Amino acid sequence: MTVFIIRRLMQAVFVVFLMSVIVFFGVNVIGNPIDMLVSPDADQQDIAEAIARLGLDRPIHEQYWRFLMGALEGDLGRSFIFGEPALKLILAHMPATLELAFASLVMALVIGIPLGLYAGLYPDGIASRTIMAGSILGFSLPTFWVGLMFIMVFAVMLGWLPSTGRGDTAVILGIETSLATRDGWSHILMPALNLALTNIALAIRLTRAGVREAMGQDYVKFARAKGLSTRRIVFVHVLKNIMIPIVTVIGLEFGALIAFSVITETIFAWPGMGKLLIDSIIQLDRPVVVAYLMVVVLLFVLINLIVDIVYSILDPRVRLQDQRS
Amino acid sequence: MTLAVTGLRTHFFTRAGVVKAVDGVDFTVGPGEVLGLVGESGSGKSITGFSILGLIDPPGRVVEGSIRFQGEELVGASEAAMRAIRGNRIAMIFQDPMMTLNPVLRIDTQMIEAIQAHDRIDRDDAHRRARDALGQVGIPSPEERLRAYPHELSGGMRQRVAIAIAFLNEPALIIADEPTTALDVTIQAQIIHEAQALCRHSGTALIWITHDLAVVAGLADRIAVMYAGRVVEQGATDDVIDRPAHPYTVGLLGSAPSANPRGQRLRQIPGMPPNVLSLPEGCAFRARCEHADPACMEAPRISADGDRAYRCHHPRIGGVP
Amino acid sequence: MSDLSSEGQPEEARAAVETPFRRFASEFFESKVATAALVLLSLIIALSLLAPWITPQNPYDLAQVDVLDGRLPPGSQAFAGYTMWLGSDGAGRDLFSAILYGLRISLAVGVTSGFIALLIGMGVGLIAAYAGGRVETVIMRVVDLQLSFPATLVALMLVAILGKGIDKIILALVVAQWAYYARTVRASALVERRKEYVEAAACLGLSHGRIVFRHILPNCLAPLIVVGTVQVASAIALEATLSFLGVGLPQTEPSLGVLIANGFEYMMSGRYWISVFPGLALLLTVVTINLVGDHLRDVLNPRLKR
Repeated sequence: MTVFIIRRLMQAVFVVFLMSVIVFFGVNVIGNPIDMLVSPDADQQDIAEAIARLGLDRPIHEQYWRFLMGALEGDLGRSFIFGEPALKLILAHMPATLELAFASLVMALVIGIPLGLYAGLYPDGIASRTIMAGSILGFSLPTFWVGLMFIMVFAVMLGWLPSTGRGDTAVILGIETSLATRDGWSHILMPALNLALTNIALAIRLTRAGVREAMGQDYVKFARAKGLSTRRIVFVHVLKNIMIPIVTVIGLEFGALIAFSVITETIFAWPGMGKLLIDSIIQLDRPVVVAYLMVVVLLFVLINLIVDIVYSILDPRVRLQDQRS
Repeated sequence: MTLAVTGLRTHFFTRAGVVKAVDGVDFTVGPGEVLGLVGESGSGKSITGFSILGLIDPPGRVVEGSIRFQGEELVGASEAAMRAIRGNRIAMIFQDPMMTLNPVLRIDTQMIEAIQAHDRIDRDDAHRRARDALGQVGIPSPEERLRAYPHELSGGMRQRVAIAIAFLNEPALIIADEPTTALDVTIQAQIIHEAQALCRHSGTALIWITHDLAVVAGLADRIAVMYAGRVVEQGATDDVIDRPAHPYTVGLLGSAPSANPRGQRLRQIPGMPPNVLSLPEGCAFRARCEHADPACMEAPRISADGDRAYRCHHPRIGGVP
Repeated sequence: MSDLSSEGQPEEARAAVETPFRRFASEFFESKVATAALVLLSLIIALSLLAPWITPQNPYDLAQVDVLDGRLPPGSQAFAGYTMWLGSDGAGRDLFSAILYGLRISLAVGVTSGFIALLIGMGVGLIAAYAGGRVETVIMRVVDLQLSFPATLVALMLVAILGKGIDKIILALVVAQWAYYARTVRASALVERRKEYVEAAACLGLSHGRIVFRHILPNCLAPLIVVGTVQVASAIALEATLSFLGVGLPQTEPSLGVLIANGFEYMMSGRYWISVFPGLALLLTVVTINLVGDHLRDVLNPRLKR
């Protein structure tokens, strides 16, 4: 187990390093580094000063080294707009994004698995066909368009839910979250559902395929031959088998959710890192953009690492292989 | 009589056509009796087993016939009634022990649920019963094995667990569907021996489904040979083995390795089993039979002679060629 | 066995009379949904190509646009006399015209980036499969690494670095998508490469180029077409998304995404049509391409054939 984790950890460090190279060289070779690091309204003298101060007259590998060392100390530059350290800004916006991504992940599982289960158990029914058609739409409809429709229907036409912002937050278990207040719930419902759509569709498909495959397996026939009730067969024998891959795949999507939250946050004006990114790109607040990219890469790699480890804990067969090796 | 199957037909209504997997099966099994149900793959022997338990899924269904179990008609019985019988009064053992136990549930879970599905007893009592059952089938340190996951046990061990589960509720009948095919020969013999001993001990009737005549020769009291969905011959084991009536049985016996002299090519039945989608008119074995003549264009009726029955216009009774 | 194969022959002979394309076409048109999708998609493409000749106005010719026509609901009469069936946007452009012109841009961006990504991905995939060894390992590591990030995130990263503009968007879409093609081509090229006829061709002393282009590549075409259609749909959706977020195409290249973004501010005041109609056009385009692609996969995939 330890060997396994250490190996994965080394891979993760390598990927983060690689991405820092790509982001750094992307900024410095493709883009104009002065644009990136100095406010666009700076005059000629400011720029000359900045070049010397930032060491841009130095060879490129030396510059990268400075960037890397700064990054390791948590220094990713200062925001032009807010005048605060970019990293601090990102971290301040992170809880809102994590909350949204988490809420939508739970939503995907809570909505997707039961629907997929139904569609898998009764594949020929009209309800199942409707569910499957819906899941195709969930994959192919652009997220931002569905978000727009949500706002039009539920906020503008029906007036049921607020269309923008995060709403009131309160502290539960030491975490400040909007899931603790009624107002918070009403604000998070639409964005979370919007962000969850693709994953609901994914969960439906995975569950349905898993159920159909499992129902044909000998262990299910054997369970039936033991005289077990359908309910026990479905909820214990089948679900326990298919939950592992489903939770793994949906869990892996957590990183993608953080990435896709850029879209949802912008539509619903959700004050997370994604909205910060878009605002920063539009306002040319480039240190924040670079900081966001590095933080998201780090998050992604971390999530993949955690999912790998969780998977090895969930599946007794993986655990066994590890004991042997 | 524990079980009497008469005129059983189980058909599958697929898009490609109607598959008559079981198309006229009759046999009986008495208390404590062992019936060997023999046939090639695709002959309908497993489907017969599943039909008895009411485990035929769409597009298949039992279209005709009667299955009387301890005087109770099972064809058309409600799902609730069938569930009360399955695993309780009729149990089943499957072919591949690697696939029949749920890989993510511990052995104790899988045994205790089988007891609690039919008996209102608490977990501790069920646990004790499961442990005793494992001991009975020759599993060492059963307490420890109960806490294991299936993948931690060997194939033979897993099949013993499956057999223990089958015997858990002391059923009147066990249907064993090629339970030793996937195992090593030495373990095969042990398992057969143990199953036999358990049946003797408890008076349980046993239907042993296999493609291997040699296996049932030493185990079964009676043998029924299936071909293309029909029982083509049945009778007491010694009668069928020593004086086969149907040319197909003759062929099966002749192609057993032990029946062939060393160094010679194995004898085999010429041709392939028929396509169950388009069974030929008349006797299904006609195309592969050396004794076939125009009379075989008409399906042979069952000829019965006491306990002996066969479906052939040209029975071979009188000697093995 | 021998009589079995002789039985199979007449059937094969009959099938050979049909050309592969005919058989493919008849199989494709078996599905009503896919046929309808294809018809609709062809109509959308035709409308967008013919836009300058069939729209009542050129929405980007300032002489033809009247600000007084702004924000008119669907079915209103324009100042110039024609009916605005889909209403008008904030600047007084006829929405029907704007949508057709927007479709042109969306389709052009999607197809161009999809095609470039296909060429690059195909080349890289073929090299990986054909070279094998360390080259393959390195290439596939890069592909896997990129595929571990969602395409949306990759595209966002690139526009964050590159900035706005149609060329930059196309570049971002290409970078975000090439890996999907590379993976597909390598997988099917590997399967082909291991087949005996390729070994036989190599033994005959055929050049690498000939083997790759005459033997391996044609066999990768089916999966490439399938991935290509789906990727073009997602490129169109991705461009629309970026443009909607304000980091994609500039106002001077008003694709559907830009139109939807422009209408968003009016939605709160109940002027739904400015966003909804371009959105529906985008939706129809993406969904029909996906439906066609989905069915193509079923028809072209020999493993799924019964």
